[in-house]
Amino acid sequence: MQFAIQWLVDKFSFLSPISILLLISLMFIVGTVVLLLAMLYEGLGTYALRKIGGDIQVRIGPNRVGPVGLLQFLADGVKLFLKEDIVPTVVDKKLFILAPFITFAASCAAFVALSYSDRLVISNLNIGLFYLLAISSLVVIGVIMAGWASNSKWSLLGGMRAAAQIVSYEIPIGLSLLSVILITQSLNMGEIIRSQSGGWGILNWHIFHNPFVFISFFIYFTAALAEVNQTPFDLPETESELVAGYFTEYSGMRFGFFFMAEWGEIFIVSAIAVTLFLGGWQLPIINNLDIHIYLKNLLQLGVFLGKTFLLIYLMLWIRWTLPRLRVDQIMYMCWKVLLPFAFFNIIGTGLWLLIFKGKGIPELVIQLFS
Amino acid sequence: MEGIIYKIVFYLFAVLTVGSALVVVTSRNIVHSAFALLFTFFGVAGLYVFLSADFLAATQVLIYVGGILVLILFGVMLTRKVFDVKIFSGAGQVFPAAVGVAVIFFLLATVIVKTPWHLVGERAMEPTTAEIGKLLMTDFLLPFEVASVVLLAALVGAVILIRKEVRPPKVD
Repeated sequence: MQFAIQWLVDKFSFLSPISILLLISLMFIVGTVVLLLAMLYEGLGTYALRKIGGDIQVRIGPNRVGPVGLLQFLADGVKLFLKEDIVPTVVDKKLFILAPFITFAASCAAFVALSYSDRLVISNLNIGLFYLLAISSLVVIGVIMAGWASNSKWSLLGGMRAAAQIVSYEIPIGLSLLSVILITQSLNMGEIIRSQSGGWGILNWHIFHNPFVFISFFIYFTAALAEVNQTPFDLPETESELVAGYFTEYSGMRFGFFFMAEWGEIFIVSAIAVTLFLGGWQLPIINNLDIHIYLKNLLQLGVFLGKTFLLIYLMLWIRWTLPRLRVDQIMYMCWKVLLPFAFFNIIGTGLWLLIFKGKGIPELVIQLFS
Repeated sequence: MEGIIYKIVFYLFAVLTVGSALVVVTSRNIVHSAFALLFTFFGVAGLYVFLSADFLAATQVLIYVGGILVLILFGVMLTRKVFDVKIFSGAGQVFPAAVGVAVIFFLLATVIVKTPWHLVGERAMEPTTAEIGKLLMTDFLLPFEVASVVLLAALVGAVILIRKEVRPPKVD
């Protein structure tokens, strides 16, 4: 991008209308490509969601459009685009139209800070993890906005529940990630992944560093399920009580934006879990391969996506298996179960690092036998 | 050319901040004001980035947008008859408001002009997180601890406000 801008400036003087036009069209093209990729992932995500759901509930799932129903998402997408764009008369029009975009933009903005492979980093932020936590807290504003602007009881209740739930669960998420930060002493996503390399393969991953981090992973994963409103915690959109929660009044592509934002968030929380606990783009076999750097990065990208998709599969599995919690049970879970354990883990990790001088379990075992 | 893009983005953030702040003050719908605050906070975070304060910018978004704004929205939405709140309640308040604004403006302008600012030249984006942490644990430990005590007091206060009154059983 920067290279292209530089070229444009060299070619034309900067403020000529042509260069500005070219710049805008360039941004437009890049944005379109990124959006198309995101839509492909989200479309295949919905296909996976329905197919896995069918599998677990002993149904067949989508099987009409394309081979084994694989093109179902294209049909759904076309349907969403062609649907009439209904804006109910009694809604707060400005906020109603703005809400899906804020949610979607916030979920897209999170993608820049991830480290997809050793070299493939969109923005190498020094505060990467902190940025991710901050920017994903914007999503809740869009959700409240949608709930309020719809001027419907169901939407408002859904929006309120979402706000209460997301704000509460942000705390165990932040605290459970802190125990990893204590070990790596860096918030940069790439550096966190690099600190998990070493001669002991997957035992170098932070999840095996000490028992406290092991518990932290499960706290994070549970809280992340609640943060992205997946099923045991999908109170904001319970179809049996609230029709569809905060997006009840939305139709067509405006609904589509909420849907895509949700899939974006699912990817982000899984990718954070992979980065912090499961070694990111590292796999012992690939680390030792002596091949061209581009090929290696491509393989790393594949490993990263593979691990992330495995976690997403786990989320869908839970989604189709467990029943939903009550509102008070969700709050109990957050404040009285996850939060104390998260604090315990931070103190435990700190003590561990102090006593064993920053060494993890694998290293200690090696020392014991040498 | 870096400079030009830098300036364009800076002015975009400045316009975003000031424009949405104007909406906050002038909007007749108090919910719209609350939502406009989102863009003000976000714009301020962007300005922090221009001051090479990346950690502060992210904190601004996390705390103000993710926490405080959500609380404000909760408060506003749970208030009944939000649409009936009259923000301009007659000309009687215009004069005192003008005086108040003038006094604050004069005060701020004087402080800005009189303060001997330490001017730091162009500085590259440097990691600030570790430095902030070290300073909080050494030079500014007392203010840090005092702030946490204040927050603890607020927490205890909130719990006292919402707790159920437990009456002792009556003794005949």
